[in-house]
Amino acid sequence: MLLEVKDLNTYYGYSHVLQGMSLTVDHGECVALLGRNGMGKSTTLKSIMGLAKPRSGTVLYKGEDVAGYPPYKVVRAGIGYVPEERRIFATLSVLENLAMGMKGGKIDKGNPDAWTVERVFEHFPPLKERQGSKGALLSGGEQQMLAIGRSLMGNPELLLVDEPTEGLAPLLVSEVRDMLEDIKKTGVAILLVEHNLRVAMSLAQRLYIMKKAEVAFAGTVKELDARPDVREKYLEV
Amino acid sequence: MDATTAMYVAQGIHGLAYGMVLFLVASGLTLIFGMMGILNVAHTAFFMLSAYFCYQVVAWTGSFWLALLLAPIATAIVGILVERFLLRRIHAFGLLFELTLTIGVMFVIMEAVKVFWGTENLPLPVPSLLEGLVSIGGMDYPIYRLFIIGLSLVILGFLAFILYKTRMGMVVRAAVSDADMVNALGINVPRLFMFVFGVGTWLAGLAGVAIAPILTVFPGLADQMGMDAFIVVIVGGFGSLGGALMVAIISGLLSSYGVQFVSQLAPVLMFIFMAVVLAIKPTGFFGEREG
Repeated sequence: MLLEVKDLNTYYGYSHVLQGMSLTVDHGECVALLGRNGMGKSTTLKSIMGLAKPRSGTVLYKGEDVAGYPPYKVVRAGIGYVPEERRIFATLSVLENLAMGMKGGKIDKGNPDAWTVERVFEHFPPLKERQGSKGALLSGGEQQMLAIGRSLMGNPELLLVDEPTEGLAPLLVSEVRDMLEDIKKTGVAILLVEHNLRVAMSLAQRLYIMKKAEVAFAGTVKELDARPDVREKYLEV
Repeated sequence: MDATTAMYVAQGIHGLAYGMVLFLVASGLTLIFGMMGILNVAHTAFFMLSAYFCYQVVAWTGSFWLALLLAPIATAIVGILVERFLLRRIHAFGLLFELTLTIGVMFVIMEAVKVFWGTENLPLPVPSLLEGLVSIGGMDYPIYRLFIIGLSLVILGFLAFILYKTRMGMVVRAAVSDADMVNALGINVPRLFMFVFGVGTWLAGLAGVAIAPILTVFPGLADQMGMDAFIVVIVGGFGSLGGALMVAIISGLLSSYGVQFVSQLAPVLMFIFMAVVLAIKPTGFFGEREG
């Protein structure tokens, strides 16, 4: 197993936002985390990243417990993070944003599969044309590509992606979906938080559905397909 | 050149020199705020501390140049220790705790210098190389003030180079807009904060050394500079170096020409300026950060 989250408990002040959250992601696998707003999906990603500090539980990444590590150490262990709202550095150019993702500021020469700016541009052609532009001037879709490209520059084996299609026009939604499919094919495992059920089910092999702070359903896409009651209860508005 | 013009020019040089010292202090303050979100109330106490360090180095070695090198470094070391062992521990508790801590640090530094050096004004001679006046185009300019302007310009160029031409600078600019995200890209942000805090206090220290021969060294130095430096940062826009530079120069010129033309209003000119700017643009000239 690449990632094994066990019995994670996270609080925001007095509110207990993750109550014994557990999930796994295997090498090269795409796993989706679904559920309505406020159920703790983003907090799960943040707790893995160290951006929210879990009070108890373990986050085993390749056998190493990274729970409670500061974010930069989690990244150095090999996990990449594409946050909700993208969080592009507005005053930096596209190229600079990509350079921010490089660990230690260098391309890993010893690794023939290392991500380079050119390779990111191959996957996200619109970024190439905008390479000199400031982050603030990009469209929502371009920002999303940049956020994904930026984290790929750190050569993660696992990518945590939070709501990549949120706020995008329908055409862009499928474009971003295809790009994630591409990334998946390169062998990077993805843990995806996604509102759009169609996108999630087309990308993921397995899914977790969260209800208030814990997992309500875990299974394969096929298993969820056979359970309209689960979909109705936990997903549909 | 007639006497009146000569006087204007001389006042201009004085104002510019003060403005540039103000910029050195304010640049450190705005850099620390922009990146760490900490309003470092102790900043001008570091500035004053450096003036005392300078006095001490000169007392021991007789060399102003050595003091110019060592005092800001010693000040930066104190700053780094404060960041590493005090601020970092309470960072998680938020702004109010950090603000309160820096107020405490300010009091400790203010009292410590009185314990070690007493309360009287300690004179510091202008280094002999920079004494007197230089004549350019029939005008006499005080060399030391020209030196301050030149030194500040060199520092400004150095800062601009670091910020816009190096990876380190790029990381700092990114952290100014979103430090958590920088952390989530694998960069050791706590160490970066410590480094920036060190550079910020080093800049304050440099300003302290530059001003010491003009104002002498005394505990009230911090108050004298404090209000002006905060106004510069507020009006320039929190976190903006360009804004700090512009407002520092305006502020220096306002104070020197203000004394000349509207001497009774001079002490409040800066406040009027601040009120007008903030009424029109509440985030200051180049401020993006709200609250």
